Amino acid sequence: MSYQVDDKGFYGEFGGAFIPELLYPNIEELQENYLKIEKSEEFQIEFHQLLKDYVGRPTPLFLAKRLSAKYGAEIWLKREDLCHTGAHKVNNTVGQILLAEKLGKKRIIAETGAGQHGVATATVCALKGLKCIVYMGEKDIERQAPNVARMKMLGAEVRPATSGSKTLKDATNEAMRDWINNPEDTHYIIGSVVGPHPYPDMVARYQAIISKEIKEQMQGLPDYVIACVGGGSNAMGAFYHFLDDPSVKLIGVEAAGLGVDTNKTAATLTLGTPGVLHASRSIMMQDKDGQVVEPHSISAGLDYPGIGPAHAWLKVSDRAQYMAVTDADALKAAVECSQMEGIIPALETAHAFSVLKDLDLNPTDRVVINLSGRGDKDMDTYMRELHL
Amino acid sequence: MTNKLTRLFSKKQKNLLNIFFTAGYPQLEDTTVILKALEDSKVDLVEIGIPFSDPLADGPTIQESSKKALENGMSIEKLFSQLEKFKNDNPDFDTPVLLMGYLNPVMQYGLDRFCERCAAVGVDGLIIPDLPMYSYQMGFQETFEKHNISNVFLVTPQTSEKRIKEIDANSTGFIYAVSSASTTGSKADFSAAADYLGRLRDMNLNTPVLTGFNIKNAQNFKDACNYVDGAIIGSEFIRQISASSDLNDTVREFVKSVKG
Repeated sequence: MSYQVDDKGFYGEFGGAFIPELLYPNIEELQENYLKIEKSEEFQIEFHQLLKDYVGRPTPLFLAKRLSAKYGAEIWLKREDLCHTGAHKVNNTVGQILLAEKLGKKRIIAETGAGQHGVATATVCALKGLKCIVYMGEKDIERQAPNVARMKMLGAEVRPATSGSKTLKDATNEAMRDWINNPEDTHYIIGSVVGPHPYPDMVARYQAIISKEIKEQMQGLPDYVIACVGGGSNAMGAFYHFLDDPSVKLIGVEAAGLGVDTNKTAATLTLGTPGVLHASRSIMMQDKDGQVVEPHSISAGLDYPGIGPAHAWLKVSDRAQYMAVTDADALKAAVECSQMEGIIPALETAHAFSVLKDLDLNPTDRVVINLSGRGDKDMDTYMRELHL
Repeated sequence: MTNKLTRLFSKKQKNLLNIFFTAGYPQLEDTTVILKALEDSKVDLVEIGIPFSDPLADGPTIQESSKKALENGMSIEKLFSQLEKFKNDNPDFDTPVLLMGYLNPVMQYGLDRFCERCAAVGVDGLIIPDLPMYSYQMGFQETFEKHNISNVFLVTPQTSEKRIKEIDANSTGFIYAVSSASTTGSKADFSAAADYLGRLRDMNLNTPVLTGFNIKNAQNFKDACNYVDGAIIGSEFIRQISASSDLNDTVREFVKSVKG
């Protein structure tokens, strides 16, 4: 079975490009050029040079000895938190800024939830001297103040999205509207493996460096690869080079919020149904009338009501397993990782750590957790929730 | 049953005024009040928006009306029941009606069931902005045709001539020429659209062309009709009914102010 995108932009029954005609030229331009550019030697040299010298790749694969002892398996941490700007997001923005440059775009827009993608976009725009506008939900602007300040310091304009739940979904709507209004000079750097084809494939390719390095660093196959999923970019990057290795168990961890049986949750694959959101067919949280349900998570990076179409396909085809972790359990896991390994993870990543207790692990099992980002940006939440 | 859109275009193709409003706005039961007032005011076509939580191609005015309509309790089922009652109460109603809605609520309702209900309550055409031509041809066209529902595609100033011709060949209603690269109602100046509408006119398309987005008043309407077969007013009409104390009066006065 193929887990890669087909030539029409579908992963099985999911994906596609359900775009308003207003975006057709932009998407067509990308569809026609992204692979040609990505596969060119010129792009590859520049991309890998920047990943090495600017992002700081390869990121280490660290054996977490105390966690390993506690959970009775080898627990390895892929240290994306050590990337420049503090999260895996920058791998994608480096790739997309090179693409935008080659397409002759002068203005960059992006959406952001927790702010990590916004910071990564503002960073590469500063590097390349391009104008940068980041849409961010009004509520997220409040809860992610340090990242808002970082984006501004990097020269980006942060525009609040004031509709709906005032979070990532609404920031995405506003960014798409901006793109509709500015079709010629603007490139939209989508931050996850969501949106119309070719974004899910394009972002996956830029993030695939994560699994490529894991494979090299492990010198063989791990038994488990675990990653948190909101839209699913870090998980897709961590899974990418293992998709056709059936012995590797792939586990995506989504945010259950207050619990999957409450209506305060962001567990899309656990509770969602097939539908079209943000121009692709995937699984999403919606009511019986097809209206999008507002998600909830303690983590601004995970409260998205949709998920990348590739993840929907991995779930439906049983290639990957998806688990849901509550706000409370994520906080516990964040404390445990901090105090047992000296690494404060991002709240998103903490969800991934939380499933260790639920797995039936053997001492010989090699488990990789993609440590997708560092927790500095979440210190306000940690301080408030943990009474620090 | 006759498709009223087809009939309209077979006898009259100039200076057509199409008015858009959101179902269930300002109040839940206003849908049919506005519909009746529009027919009484002799508009040529009516486009009713199905509210959606995430209307990507719409600007703030229509987005806000969608949000309010959802809060009022509007849904596809509710809209069909309103239209069904209206049809029974107004057997002579003769104005072509289109529904504009985003793909996801239509898909959740079920495409075949949706088209069947459209035909039963007197809806003649659909505008689904996030249904691209490729997907229409692959999975929708057959169902639309089975129920005699016209499909309206959009074109923009960025749409290539080749694609416009393809859209022309695949259209059964009219072509919706978005006047500028924008979400609805977001740009003040309509005059910049002249070159593009002139290009469309000179292509001598088989399908009638109506232009929309940023048409606000009699002057814009007249300008648009110099180039194409008619125009669509949405955001400005929504603004008018939002502030209305008497919908019948507001609708009549607004249509008169545009058409003279």
